Amino acid sequence: MLAYLIRRLFAAVVMLVVIIVVVFGIFFLVPKWAGVDPAAAFVGKQADPAAVEAVREKLGLGDPIFVQVWEFFKGIFAGRTYAAGGDVTHCAAPCFGYSFRSEQAIWPVLTDRFPVTLGLALGAAILWLLFGVAAGVLSALKRGSLWDRGAMVVALAGVSLPIYFTGLLSLAIFSYGLGWIDAQYVPLSDSFTGWLGGMILPWITLAFLYAAMYARITRATMLEILGEDYIRTARAKGLREPVVIGKHAMRSTMTPILTMLGMDLGALIGGAILTETTFSLPGLGQAVLTAIRNQDLPIILGVTLITSLAVIVANLLVDILYAVIDPRVRLA
Amino acid sequence: MTAPLHEPTADAAPSAAEEASLAEAGGAQAVQGRSLGRIAWERLKRDKLALTGGIVVLVLIVIAILAPAIAHLVGQDPETHHENLIDPLFSTPKGSLGGISGDHLFGVEPVSGRDVFARIVYGSRVSLLVGFLSAVVAVIIGTVLGILAGFFGGWVDAAISRVMDGLLAFPQLLFIIALVSVMPNEMLGLTGTDVRLFVMILVIGFFGWPYIGRVVRGQTLSLREREYVEAARSLGAGRLYILFKELLPNLVAPIIVYTTMMIPTNILTEAALSFLGVGVKPPTASWGQMLSSAIDYYDSDPMYMVIPGVAIFITVLAFNLFGDGVRDALDPKGSR
Repeated sequence: MLAYLIRRLFAAVVMLVVIIVVVFGIFFLVPKWAGVDPAAAFVGKQADPAAVEAVREKLGLGDPIFVQVWEFFKGIFAGRTYAAGGDVTHCAAPCFGYSFRSEQAIWPVLTDRFPVTLGLALGAAILWLLFGVAAGVLSALKRGSLWDRGAMVVALAGVSLPIYFTGLLSLAIFSYGLGWIDAQYVPLSDSFTGWLGGMILPWITLAFLYAAMYARITRATMLEILGEDYIRTARAKGLREPVVIGKHAMRSTMTPILTMLGMDLGALIGGAILTETTFSLPGLGQAVLTAIRNQDLPIILGVTLITSLAVIVANLLVDILYAVIDPRVRLA
Repeated sequence: MTAPLHEPTADAAPSAAEEASLAEAGGAQAVQGRSLGRIAWERLKRDKLALTGGIVVLVLIVIAILAPAIAHLVGQDPETHHENLIDPLFSTPKGSLGGISGDHLFGVEPVSGRDVFARIVYGSRVSLLVGFLSAVVAVIIGTVLGILAGFFGGWVDAAISRVMDGLLAFPQLLFIIALVSVMPNEMLGLTGTDVRLFVMILVIGFFGWPYIGRVVRGQTLSLREREYVEAARSLGAGRLYILFKELLPNLVAPIIVYTTMMIPTNILTEAALSFLGVGVKPPTASWGQMLSSAIDYYDSDPMYMVIPGVAIFITVLAFNLFGDGVRDALDPKGSR
């Protein structure tokens, strides 16, 4: 078990390093190829050449790309000092650098926005797991019934609807049309009910999309498992149906669902870009979208790092849960 | 197999009566049996939902190809402004339901007054083009690398598999947005909208190939150990012969299934990119972009949001229905 975890952890760290190098590559090499100078971008449109050179020296943008990647890594753990002649700025660890546009430090931006995205992802995940898995199991048990067909039609429609459409529709109906909800984001620290009101529509629309996917997967997996020999054995030895389904069948059904949950949750925590844009939630996704439009590399790097970290941590948790659910994994 | 075959029954295994009628139709055919394509087509024909989806897909393709003619037929084009139809105070269309009228079937856009019907018709071109071609890119890369990994094994397999795992673990949407937005506006002699389309097709296809690659690799791994491959090898067949004549025909079914399932996802990704403002640039019409400009008018002009949304929904649903049907039809274990 321990060896298994160490192996997973090692793979995760390698993955993280690869991702950072790739992001650096995308945002340093491609603009170079397209003839855009990041130092000039930092200074602004009407910059004099001396100021551009000073920025290039201070931020180390003239260094070879490997030196820049190394400095970036070092900054995260040990802090970083930017210096050009007499102009010195110290950035304490964890240092993710400064925004090319607003010249703010990146780390506070990330810590400000992370809770918004985390709240969105976790709240929606609870909803979609509850409703998606329940709908899928019921459909599998009552295969071919009116409920099954109805649920599967709704699920198919659900996976075909883009979130930025259902989101706008829900805003138009519940917030503007009926006036039930004031869909304005309020931080949790300001007011709990305000926060709840601002998050309820994003949660439901996001959960609807994922519940549809999970219901389809759950139904398919459950149907396959109900045909297995060990289920027949369980029934044959006289176990009551709730025990057969709840204990024997559910355990195997959960395996693919957990895999999906790990990937989906990780990706969402790293930035639910579409949901946050639709509902104007000030989370990581919105920050990274603005940064991409402004070619603001340090923010993109920061968010990408958090996203990848979230994906990796979520997958790691799933791997641990696997070992709990499926004894074969522990022995492997 | 040109002779009319028996009517298919609910049971996949032919009954004795059917076999008799087959034998009557011609001994050779009875021995030949039905090809996989034939069986799949007969199953698909009985699947009403999948057929409906398929027909809608065909209609959409025709609409996309004939977009200029269709817009001309209703006397509209996607670029002309009709400011006279816009309420100067709220900059929303005059009249109810977003200005729907005999002239403007789906109404007009807020502010500019461009015809929504013509823009929807033209927008289908972007959606379908990117959806199809990015799937083609993914299938080509995925099939080639998947077969290489599965067939040669060893370090080739290890390298390709690691790359696939890595790409699947990437935060995909983020990378697609990032890549699309840093690409230059002119390349390979293309300019304007063509560059955006080209870049989107390449990038979406690039992030899609591991899904195909994994399936093809797995299939190749299991197929290459089969007796018939061994038989071919013992008869002196070369690697290339085995690859193209023995393996590839057996990979066609899973590749078709994954391609049809991938197209709707790609259409959604394209719409998302355009929605986020990194897809095709105005004035080229695309559904995602229309939804993004509808954000500001969801309360005052809801029809402007509903129409492109429903267009995306119908398209993706039709592809999903058709894809599900194709999957069931090509499934050798399927009972239908």
